Amino acid sequence: MRLVRRFGPAALAAGLALGCGGAFAASAEKGKAAYIQHGCWQCHGMQAQGGPGPKLAPDPIPIETFTAFVRTTNRAMPPYSEAILSNDDLADIHAYLQTIPKPADYKSIPLLNQ
Amino acid sequence: MARKQPRPEVSRRKFLAGAAVAGATTALAPPVAKAAATDGSISAPRRPSALPPTMQVAVAETATPKELPRIGGVPGSDFMVDVIKTLDIKYLPSNPASSFRAIHESLINYGGNKMPEFLTCAHEESAVAMAHGYFKVAGKPLMTLCHGTVGLQHAAMGIYNAWCDRVPVIVVGGNDLDAAHRPPGVPTIHSAQDINALVRDFTKWDDTPVSLQHFAQSFVRAYKIAMTPPYGPVAISLDAGLQQEPIRNNGEKLYIPRHVPTSPPQGDSGAVKEAARLLANAQNPVIVADRAARSENGVRLLVELAEILQAQVIDQGGRMNFPNTHYLRRPPTAVGNADVILGLELTDFWAIANAYIDNGEHGVGVNTSRIKPETKLISINASELLTKANYQDFQRFQSVDVSMPADAEATLPALIEAVKAAIPSDRKAAIEKRGEAARKAYAEQRERIRQAAALAWDASPISTARMSMEIWAHIKDLDWSLVSVSGVGFNWPNRLWPMEKHYRWLGASGGYGVGYGAPASVGAALANRDLGRFSVNIQADGDLMYAPGVLWTAARHNIPQLAVMFNNRGYHQEVMHVQRLSNFRNRVANLGNDMGPIGTSIQNPDIEYHKLAESMGWWAKGPIKDPAQLGPALKEAVAVVKSGQPALLNVWTQPR
Repeated sequence: MRLVRRFGPAALAAGLALGCGGAFAASAEKGKAAYIQHGCWQCHGMQAQGGPGPKLAPDPIPIETFTAFVRTTNRAMPPYSEAILSNDDLADIHAYLQTIPKPADYKSIPLLNQ
Repeated sequence: MARKQPRPEVSRRKFLAGAAVAGATTALAPPVAKAAATDGSISAPRRPSALPPTMQVAVAETATPKELPRIGGVPGSDFMVDVIKTLDIKYLPSNPASSFRAIHESLINYGGNKMPEFLTCAHEESAVAMAHGYFKVAGKPLMTLCHGTVGLQHAAMGIYNAWCDRVPVIVVGGNDLDAAHRPPGVPTIHSAQDINALVRDFTKWDDTPVSLQHFAQSFVRAYKIAMTPPYGPVAISLDAGLQQEPIRNNGEKLYIPRHVPTSPPQGDSGAVKEAARLLANAQNPVIVADRAARSENGVRLLVELAEILQAQVIDQGGRMNFPNTHYLRRPPTAVGNADVILGLELTDFWAIANAYIDNGEHGVGVNTSRIKPETKLISINASELLTKANYQDFQRFQSVDVSMPADAEATLPALIEAVKAAIPSDRKAAIEKRGEAARKAYAEQRERIRQAAALAWDASPISTARMSMEIWAHIKDLDWSLVSVSGVGFNWPNRLWPMEKHYRWLGASGGYGVGYGAPASVGAALANRDLGRFSVNIQADGDLMYAPGVLWTAARHNIPQLAVMFNNRGYHQEVMHVQRLSNFRNRVANLGNDMGPIGTSIQNPDIEYHKLAESMGWWAKGPIKDPAQLGPALKEAVAVVKSGQPALLNVWTQPR
């Protein structure tokens, strides 16, 4: 599945910040592959649910914050420079994270209410 | 070993003579070879000084022994069994070896294979880890026998785990000291001057008894030292000659020293009073416990202290110290607002007060403080009584304001009374208010944990939260005990299962030597079997592959447990380490054909753990990747375990 996203002003600003210029297409399908290839799953889980690292989805942080964090980080996560994770891949990963649906309310899951 | 006293008529050496006929033949060989070389007729290559075993020696070691002349008198190893039996040691997990064949024979024939019962193990590391896990449930130590050199080398990692985890294990290594009389070849390769040197840095005490009376004193002393807090492993080198020779009449009657348990060391009364004063007057005291509670009473005492102070408690998980259902239980971040921190049997107080972030320049870590500068620190820790230099398990040095080198559980009653006496009457309302805030924070925390568990609920491979709760549904009405350490990896059972009794959670390995989990779970399950409890093991895949033979030991000795594979198909900690370093060096991690960086995955081919377990006598099923299939499989497996047999489910999981 390839998604062409329409970005609001914040996302457009992020796109400019990423150096892509103007509107650009981000692919959730590519993003899912990049998420695996670049090892995001190792700490954040195959569905970005979290593990040693925090959950990334649903409701990922805005792309500009996301990008700034991935490039520099501040704590346990190793930074990913543009040399090893391109801006396009990063945008795709963010697009993938946006497609991950919200979980059910735990109150509706019997096993979590034993 | 030199013998100063006259030898008995039937000596060990004569006894050995029959068995060593082949060895004697071998002994003649070198001079013949030398003669041939010196007359120049044969150009023999130079032979190494340490010869590999000849065929004759190998046969003598491995083949059925020839008919031997019968030994007279009472074997010395029978007396050793008499000594061992006074100490109420129930089991002896061990891998058999020639260097302790005499005491092995005495244990199963003279001793009737009871107290202790020999449990056949496929690896010495497994035997030690079984003893480790057993103690954490039963509170009683086991002994193990191992071959003096190669066997002890196998056992060493297990012993180091026990050392770091403050667990008593009595390790007896067979060794043939008498270089002039021991069989040549393999038995000599497997002998050493001082086998205990290998593990001296991480055992509390060791000895090499040279007489039977010396053995009696050493063994009782070893038991006593191992069982005095801080607990720890001990080692005895047991000479093959001493085991095999008959008891000699030296005019001295052998006796067995009486064992009287040593009382655990308590904190100095002045230090207890000062600690109580600081805690009673604190605005926000926090208790951090690691290996504080070793019994139900220890848990009860800690709850009492926390409630008197309405102090938040962080359980580091070295043991099950504090119920996770209690409103005062808090996550590690709670130290940030503390003005007084009481550390109980902490592995690493420095890491409570500080954080190390593996994310600095060039991959070098950064240290930051996690507490306020004025926070007062109190430590009660028996490990301060037992520090050695070489291995660094003592961690970084942390200055504290009150330091008690004492056993926490033994000191808590005095501390509780001192705190009660020290609380000013005008502080009681503030303390009560602290409790109200803690109740609210606890309730919010529980909500967050459950909502986090709902993430990826239907994922395949199965989420670790889902797996944990599927298991819980089948064990919650049983008297269960989680005998694995996999909670460290993803921690869901510790967050979601109500843990109120000390045997619900046993803590980790101590030394973090991978390979501990499977055998320790079998040892713990053995103790639980005898206590009528149901054992659950969430078994990490990489851990099991170190020494999977322990699965056979469990089946062979009817040790039931429910093992659910936490099969994430990788050495996951290392997956992340290599990724981290790749990032620091601005290089894309090379995955090869796997998902993780080369060298860190356990896939291609995927290991069929269910078939592995089945081949060793377990009921097993898998691989299970669909979460909907897990519940029905668990139902079947639990029924098998209830019938007294071990069962394993191979579950493919999310990474953590």
